[in-house]
Amino acid sequence: MALEIIESCVNCWACAPLCPNQAIYEATPHFLIEADKCTECLGDFAEAQCASICPIEGAIINELGEALNPPGSLTGIPPERWAAAQAEIAAR
Amino acid sequence: MDLPVIESSPPAATGCSAGSCGSTAQQVDGLSDAIRARVQDHPCYSEDAHHYFARMHVAVAPACNIQCHYCNRKYDCANESRPGVVSELLTPDQAVRKTLAVAATIPQMTVLGIAGPGDPLANPQRTFETFRQLALKAPDIKLCVSTNGLVLPDHVDELARYNIDHVTITINCVDPDVGARIYPWIFWKNKRVFGREAAAILIEQQQKGLEMLTARGILVKVNSVLIPGVNDQHLPEVSKVVKSKGAFLHNVMPLIAEAEHGTFYGVMGQRSPKPAELKALQDACEGDMNMMRHCRQCRADAVGLLGEDRGAEFTLDRIDTMEIDYEAAMVVRAELRAQIAAELAEKRARAHPPAATATPQVISFQPHAAKPAPVPGRPVLMAVAAKDGLVAVHFGHAREFLVYEASASGARLVGHRKAESYCSGDESCGDAESVLEKTIRALADCEVVLCSRIGYEPWGQLESAGIQPNGEHAMQPIVDAVMAVWNEMLAAGKLAVGPIVAKRA
Repeated sequence: MALEIIESCVNCWACAPLCPNQAIYEATPHFLIEADKCTECLGDFAEAQCASICPIEGAIINELGEALNPPGSLTGIPPERWAAAQAEIAAR
Repeated sequence: MDLPVIESSPPAATGCSAGSCGSTAQQVDGLSDAIRARVQDHPCYSEDAHHYFARMHVAVAPACNIQCHYCNRKYDCANESRPGVVSELLTPDQAVRKTLAVAATIPQMTVLGIAGPGDPLANPQRTFETFRQLALKAPDIKLCVSTNGLVLPDHVDELARYNIDHVTITINCVDPDVGARIYPWIFWKNKRVFGREAAAILIEQQQKGLEMLTARGILVKVNSVLIPGVNDQHLPEVSKVVKSKGAFLHNVMPLIAEAEHGTFYGVMGQRSPKPAELKALQDACEGDMNMMRHCRQCRADAVGLLGEDRGAEFTLDRIDTMEIDYEAAMVVRAELRAQIAAELAEKRARAHPPAATATPQVISFQPHAAKPAPVPGRPVLMAVAAKDGLVAVHFGHAREFLVYEASASGARLVGHRKAESYCSGDESCGDAESVLEKTIRALADCEVVLCSRIGYEPWGQLESAGIQPNGEHAMQPIVDAVMAVWNEMLAAGKLAVGPIVAKRA
């Protein structure tokens, strides 16, 4: 079991120092998690630390490809509202 | 019975240039002499200093430990100027090199701040490594930091160790119910905490950090973002509380919220305050606290005088090729600071002569007047296209205007207005409204605009909008020019107090 950082990562560095296994490393174009080292924090913390501080919805996923922070869960912006705002901006 | 003391009459008779004047002679600009000496070359802490001295921020601190509804961690737009936006993240070594390069090139750069783009104290290694090196290599630069306060109590000792004399805490509320509408979550003790509980923890930590700093004699400025309908009614309380805990300056800033910024407030349609609302709130807080009126809400990698950004001259590519002789630069820097300090001292002496000069004499015999004595003319807002403390900019070239309130008590800075939108890439994020129309709208509550020169067409449009252009005071000191115009208006009978002829507020 291991978590994964995907392309929406903004390289804010918040997660890396928190990892109890030093599994997170700086890379281009974005930070990555070394799968062999990642334990999803089992035994160390109640919640995966990287996913608990990550500010970007969807940037960290589990082995099933599910976002630990799904759309709307961090910003409070309902996904449909977000989509509507993007459409409105694109139409300008 | 105590005899009335004429000195304690309101500041009307003294030609005082700041709104928060106390009644004692040494508080002419709202600050005690001891504090003024510590902030006199800090552009963000001293209104006088900001005409002369520059600051820079180094973007070494990307991580954040809270989410604010006015912030979006995703965007990096070179055209945007607002807190939290940067173009290039720096390592501490790069930040030190950049700081020395800027200090050698711009000798009036006196202050280095770390303000993000995340929270500096959520990146303690990067932040303190930068401070540690700079304290050794550039002892003539003041170091300061701006934080959300969540982990401030843990770092107060270390801040003191590097002689960090100025700390800004962003405090938007002291009530968790208000906070729950501003902060969706914080990262606290290895967990993400949401809602009211998160806000309560944040508030407690901020207040504790504030008390710890002021107990050590570190100067604390409090920033608050004015969010209409969320904390506007609450901010006067915030001002009272932080003052009681020793903060020396309160900076209420307008919310910046546009849908294209991708922030919660932007997307959800939360509106920003109008300039007049901001001013009214700052005025309301002012009875309790020194208010900062000259903040430009700069980027977390800004370089230069407030209101200008010379960051593009100091990209990593460019500073790599620069030769820096910092020992030599320090000599030049010290000379310049001494010269400016002398100018400022002279200016203050001129502004506060024993008897009033430019303003009509008002004599009040109330010992400790609770209200200002009646004045012969109403206050007038005037916008000034200024540079280096002078009316020195062509109207069409002005990227911002300083707004002064002129009255019988003198002229005081009450705000500034940008002359362009925050995002200058007109086609992608602007609407069809012309720059001139935007400027006129931004100055709607002003009756006069002072500039060095102005073209025929904007003159006419300003006049039709009820704003009188004035180019007759070019290159004069701002306060002198503003008071000269106010006195002309008074003499012409335009300032009668009574049924208000007033402009829309």
